[in-house]
Amino acid sequence: MNLRFTRITAWLFTRSLLLLAVLITFIPFLWLVAASFKSNEEFFRSTFLPMREGSWAVDWSRLTFDAYQRLFVEVDFGRGLINSIFLSSVTGVLATLCCAMGGYALARFNFKGRGFCTALVLAAVLIPGPLLLAPGYQLLYNLGLLDSFAGLILPAIAPAFGVFLFRQAVLSGVPTDLLEAARIDGAGEWRTFMVVVLPLVRPMIGTFLMITFLGVWNNFIGPQVVLQSPDKFPLSVAVAELKRGYYSDYGLQMAGTVVSILPVMILFLLMQKDFVSGLAAGAVKG
Amino acid sequence: MSAKAAAMPASSARSPLAPWLFLSPFLICFGVFTVYPLIQAVLLSTQTTFGPGATRFVGANNFIALFRDPLFWKACSNTLVYTLGSIFIQLPLALGLALLLESPNLRGRSWLRLVLFSPSMVGVVFAAMMFGLIFEKRTGLLNQLLHGTLGIVGIEWDLDFGWLQQHVMLGLIVASLWMYVGFNMTFFAAALQNVRKDLVEAAIVDGAGPVSRFWNVTVPAIRPVAGFVVLMSVIGSFQLFELPYIMFSSSAGPDNRALTIVLYLFQNGFEVGDLGYATAIGWALAVILVGCTMVQRLLARGEEAAA
Repeated sequence: MNLRFTRITAWLFTRSLLLLAVLITFIPFLWLVAASFKSNEEFFRSTFLPMREGSWAVDWSRLTFDAYQRLFVEVDFGRGLINSIFLSSVTGVLATLCCAMGGYALARFNFKGRGFCTALVLAAVLIPGPLLLAPGYQLLYNLGLLDSFAGLILPAIAPAFGVFLFRQAVLSGVPTDLLEAARIDGAGEWRTFMVVVLPLVRPMIGTFLMITFLGVWNNFIGPQVVLQSPDKFPLSVAVAELKRGYYSDYGLQMAGTVVSILPVMILFLLMQKDFVSGLAAGAVKG
Repeated sequence: MSAKAAAMPASSARSPLAPWLFLSPFLICFGVFTVYPLIQAVLLSTQTTFGPGATRFVGANNFIALFRDPLFWKACSNTLVYTLGSIFIQLPLALGLALLLESPNLRGRSWLRLVLFSPSMVGVVFAAMMFGLIFEKRTGLLNQLLHGTLGIVGIEWDLDFGWLQQHVMLGLIVASLWMYVGFNMTFFAAALQNVRKDLVEAAIVDGAGPVSRFWNVTVPAIRPVAGFVVLMSVIGSFQLFELPYIMFSSSAGPDNRALTIVLYLFQNGFEVGDLGYATAIGWALAVILVGCTMVQRLLARGEEAAA
């Protein structure tokens, strides 16, 4: 009896804490979505969704697309969405290719300078990004790359930790015998890489593509420093501009934030298996 | 095949250029956009600049000025408070959630893990926007919820309470909890897989209670990952910038109470236009973070040697 009682208490305890955690996770975002469909006076009348007088039914008629309409028609937020998609996917693909090639070279070739390059990659992981902010800006100024997409993409396609991750993936996932066999069959180095190596490190490609895509999508300080023309701003800067230019227009800010977060959430749900398991595996091995 | 392979050992049969060709895109971009700026960072920290073009040599003056700069120390102490807050509140919560997810017969475990992890996918800028709106006077979620719930028990909550004005650090820490507790939980959950079931059973047989089992079996098993998570949190927290900058509308908050090291770097480099002073701040940050990394590695190595 006593044992049963403790078991039920433990069950209730764990489940209610988990429920609380889920609620805390969801509520801010749900509130944001709900509020983005409300008019400015409605903000003061209801916390989540507007209710019918004296009942628990939602009064859908008091919701409006007004904020979204202004967002895309007046503010041209769609431009930011396109810029973000472009920057994130181009950087993601280039960085993945660049790091996969580099990681493969470090993992499966014997050459003079391999030790040095590996040490360089490991040491570079220690450099904090903000240290390179000012000298990087000066460099882009000297190269004439300020206020250009190239100035954002080029510095982002050679992250040292990416080479490190792909080096690990090749070491554990690409057997030397297979490379040997491909070579004996007459495949050139590039063909071996494309046909044998890349398919074998596919899980890491998925994980890394996602990490870079998200990293660029969510990066604020880079585009804030490099870009000057509003028509080049990605969502991160565009949304901050909403707060500067429309500081009392909460509806507009909310709609802009929802539009910025939603694509990432959808992508995450589609790719979550690769991503979470890849991250966790990295943590345990690392 | 073996005869051929013996006749042509892998390294000699292959073009010596091949590895360099594979490495070249990385090495070129890395050299131009990481190594070169790093070298420039040494030079730049000895200069005062007025925008990126006009520079003047000042020697060690930037560092001397930095040491005497009360705002820099304010930024350091704010950053430290935030970092300690995020370690001592965040990581226990993350570990607690990971342990809750381990409870037997839990349905929807992977779904829960996914949901709790999802906020870390939201960019800091966007989370900062969201929490800025949540902490807003009158229209914000927090004031409305407090007004609604406390109203039931007859307490009148002031809808115009300014969370961002009154509790600067609290706002930052709450937002960071929402973003990163689930993220860190994922690492602890992976680490909990290292807990040996036979040790747990042996401890139960020996009559050890849950608390004793936690300290004597679970904690030693997750310690390496915990060290890694603490280090990552420290590194991440010390680079805090977007959260205060966006939440406090491109400022450092009332009375600079949300001024962080990177925010101060940003202000000096890109609002004042002194890239030299900004780089000096960058070096101070780098010294702190590399120092923390070294300490963590030494501790981890010492523990491995002891084990």
